[in-house]
Amino acid sequence: MPEFSVAQLESVQELLNQYPAGRQKSAILPLLHMAQHAFGGYLSVDTMNYVATLLGMQPVEVYEVATFYTMFHLTPVGTYVLEVCRTGPCALAGAEDTLERIEAVLGIKEGETTPDGMFTLKTVECLASCGTAPVIQVGERYIEQVTPDRVPDLIHQLREGVRP
Amino acid sequence: MSQMVLLAGVSADPAQQVVAIDRYEAIGGYEALRHAMAHSTPDDIIQSVKESGLRGRGGAGFPTGTKWGFLDRRPDTPRYLVCNADESEPGTFKDRYLMEKVPHRLLEGIILASYALGVHTAFIYIRGELMWLKRQLEVAIAEATQAGYLGDRILGSDYSLRVVVHPGGGAYICGEESALLESLEGKRGNPRQKPPFPAVSGLYGCPTVINNVESLASVPWIVLHGGAAYRQMGIGNSTGTKLISASGHINRPGVYEVVMGLSVEEFIESDAYCGGIRKGHTLKAVVPGGSSVPVLPAHLALRTAAGEPRLLTYESLAEGGFVSGSMLGSGGFIVMDETTCMVRNTWQFARFYHHESCGQCSPCREGTGWLERVLHRLEHGHGSPEDIDLLVDITKKIEGNTICTFGDAASWPVASAVRHFRGEFEYHAHHPDQVTSRHHPIVTDRIVA
Repeated sequence: MPEFSVAQLESVQELLNQYPAGRQKSAILPLLHMAQHAFGGYLSVDTMNYVATLLGMQPVEVYEVATFYTMFHLTPVGTYVLEVCRTGPCALAGAEDTLERIEAVLGIKEGETTPDGMFTLKTVECLASCGTAPVIQVGERYIEQVTPDRVPDLIHQLREGVRP
Repeated sequence: MSQMVLLAGVSADPAQQVVAIDRYEAIGGYEALRHAMAHSTPDDIIQSVKESGLRGRGGAGFPTGTKWGFLDRRPDTPRYLVCNADESEPGTFKDRYLMEKVPHRLLEGIILASYALGVHTAFIYIRGELMWLKRQLEVAIAEATQAGYLGDRILGSDYSLRVVVHPGGGAYICGEESALLESLEGKRGNPRQKPPFPAVSGLYGCPTVINNVESLASVPWIVLHGGAAYRQMGIGNSTGTKLISASGHINRPGVYEVVMGLSVEEFIESDAYCGGIRKGHTLKAVVPGGSSVPVLPAHLALRTAAGEPRLLTYESLAEGGFVSGSMLGSGGFIVMDETTCMVRNTWQFARFYHHESCGQCSPCREGTGWLERVLHRLEHGHGSPEDIDLLVDITKKIEGNTICTFGDAASWPVASAVRHFRGEFEYHAHHPDQVTSRHHPIVTDRIVA
């Protein structure tokens, strides 16, 4: 069973206090973000059950929410999750070429994780970065204007532990 | 001229940023709030915003002052202001830019609006992907509280306000205001049936106003200079300035503040804005207001069917209805040159809507999937001539038959692409063996049976 540290539980309490009395269920999205970050980068059933106990909700209510929002990963992911935007404006700027280059460099297809557990490759819809397309989200960072020629260096840097 | 209201003081020079509160104050920040707390009643502010003619900048264009006027003021019930910062409409990145460059202007607008509406708790619902901006806004809130602009007894008055930044989880539909409220209450983002409208029964069943980032950030200027001065800018019922986020095949993608009424042609060609179509290419199509609005072919983007110059206003872009016009929408201005395959582009937008449909209403849940699949087979060389009318038929079965306007938003890009670029769809349908690669030739001629 995953469990937050004492310091994390203080942050949880601060979070809950942000919402009006009796409306603590409102905290579910920020809490799921926290839990995903703290417990391995994805939401296991155990993690979702834990969030349910923190909010006094039924586990099924948490599953219902977690499965609706695409930022939550419901299966294990690599150390880095590369989320490549593929919506119209990014596609106009060559996002399909960028995606193909990433697949070639990593040797995996969209939706897969490299055997060493380092990278998971996903496609996402519009990230509100159309003026600096193509864009990839890695963790909480946007990497913008990722033309195919930038891909090998980017992957190399991530492998070396240089966070973008 | 640009950078007048929303981006005033914003510089491209990193050394001249106005993110920190002292820098924002140095360019006149929080003067409107000081002025209002000393001289204005809440009704004065509502009156100014009504006078200004400001219309909702999220895309719908509903007059902001009128929306504020609808707020139910029943006693003993809290009222809420929710700032919609869930910017997710493809082609739109202006709210992100505003929050990145001048977060205190949004905050000042929220404080003024809250004071006007008698709100003591306001929420900023920001898309979860923009976590660094959530933190930046929280720093801004702490700074403003420290300075006495927020928190208990603002600037020595008896008015108090708390602002909470709430992250979404990656769902386009939460930009729809009732879905946003569901999400903020801790649920899936399924839009609500209206009525009741949020002004009567919104967040936690309480009266609620939901305004876009850009709308709220316009309020400090209006309060300081007056609604009449704001109204002086623009044309007719399109008053003031608008942020346009330009992307696609142009030389200078980015966010520009324009006075309403600038011509589309000048916006595309001028070096102050898009800087023209990328070298050696020609304009083919424009989506002027975010992916949900009808796409226009070059000639109708630049001029109306009647031959008038097309302007960046609510009215001019809508001129001609859906036969030959479009909408200003969110100001997400997507430019395409002659290398763009309209079938592929339409398929990619249809995939977006299928992915983002909340699944609550069957016409949208099933219809968006149909649109994506039919467009996919046309684009990948498995289509047939009947598919083209099938697409139009599906859009008609979705449009108007769903709880929220997402169904319309999913239908319009497809219907307009077929209307204006039918030749390309026919080429795909009649020459499937020619379009199996995504680098296939672009042939736009109509096939005459």
